[in-house]
Amino acid sequence: MSPKTTPGLVRPEGACALVTGASKGIGAASALALAADGWPVAVHYGRDAAGAAATVAAIEAAGGRAVAIAGDVADPGAADAILSAAEAQLGPVLALVNNAGITDDGLAMQLEDDAFDRVIATNLNGPFRLTRRALGPMVRARHGRIVNVASIVGLRANAGQANYAASKAGLVGLTRTVAAEVARRGVTVNAVAPGFIATAMTHEIPEGQLGAIPARRPGSPEEVAACVAFLASDAAAYVTGSVLTVDGGLSA
Amino acid sequence: MSSTITTEAVEKTVTDALISFGAEPADVTPETELTTLDIDSLDLAELSQIVDDEYGVTMKSSDVSKIKTVGDIVALIVAKG
Repeated sequence: MSPKTTPGLVRPEGACALVTGASKGIGAASALALAADGWPVAVHYGRDAAGAAATVAAIEAAGGRAVAIAGDVADPGAADAILSAAEAQLGPVLALVNNAGITDDGLAMQLEDDAFDRVIATNLNGPFRLTRRALGPMVRARHGRIVNVASIVGLRANAGQANYAASKAGLVGLTRTVAAEVARRGVTVNAVAPGFIATAMTHEIPEGQLGAIPARRPGSPEEVAACVAFLASDAAAYVTGSVLTVDGGLSA
Repeated sequence: MSSTITTEAVEKTVTDALISFGAEPADVTPETELTTLDIDSLDLAELSQIVDDEYGVTMKSSDVSKIKTVGDIVALIVAKG
């Protein structure tokens, strides 16, 4: 079997990676990890321009190439604008990391429509539209890597997060089905499902909950980013439709 | 930059694409039905992407679903261009 004739095995020259929500946390760490693997990286952000600039600066300081791109992934027009901006500055996007996400917690019986809809729009509709826009060039290139940052909350219950859980469970379903649709073109679609990760989004992890984690500690963004980088790599060419939990054993 | 749409140019684009999807060159004629070429929905989706890239013509899935022959694809693209 020749690597040159097997779709998806070797990343083509001149391609870039796009990481959404890369101004901080798991997204920023993923952008840095992909840059360390040689990807030029489009660092997408929603509002935190300073955070995105810091991610770009860190990549450049390490000898990599990156640009910051703004956009609200919940906006239906954003996918084309973000991908087009990345393509214009860094070349075809052959790795897409759908990381941007929000929470708006509350018990289901009290959750307002707006809180439900906003979380679904950002965490599920956004990744769908970015994926749809990214797939054409990936399919034509016979190479693509899509990594969706889901959550263990999409796989098991977490009271108070019905909207977030629904969005992440939806993202897992999207991951598996799109993976099956495009596998023979060398495009892989996978998800990571982080557990408790020490980021700004999870600053209020209750002390008592750490005891439920077999590893007895929260994870770091870098530990999730390493998994994202693996799934985006040539080495993961035969991994598709999978959900990799990164949770210190919490869901084991 | 989109290419100029002529029947000849579109025929070549479509024929080249179908061959790249695995069709035998000798089997690809305007009258050939796609089902006999083993062309599936993903191939047609990729063809839509190619046509968009080359000619700036967007083929909707509702358009593509009515296609039966190679000639139908060419006619659709030329008509929309």
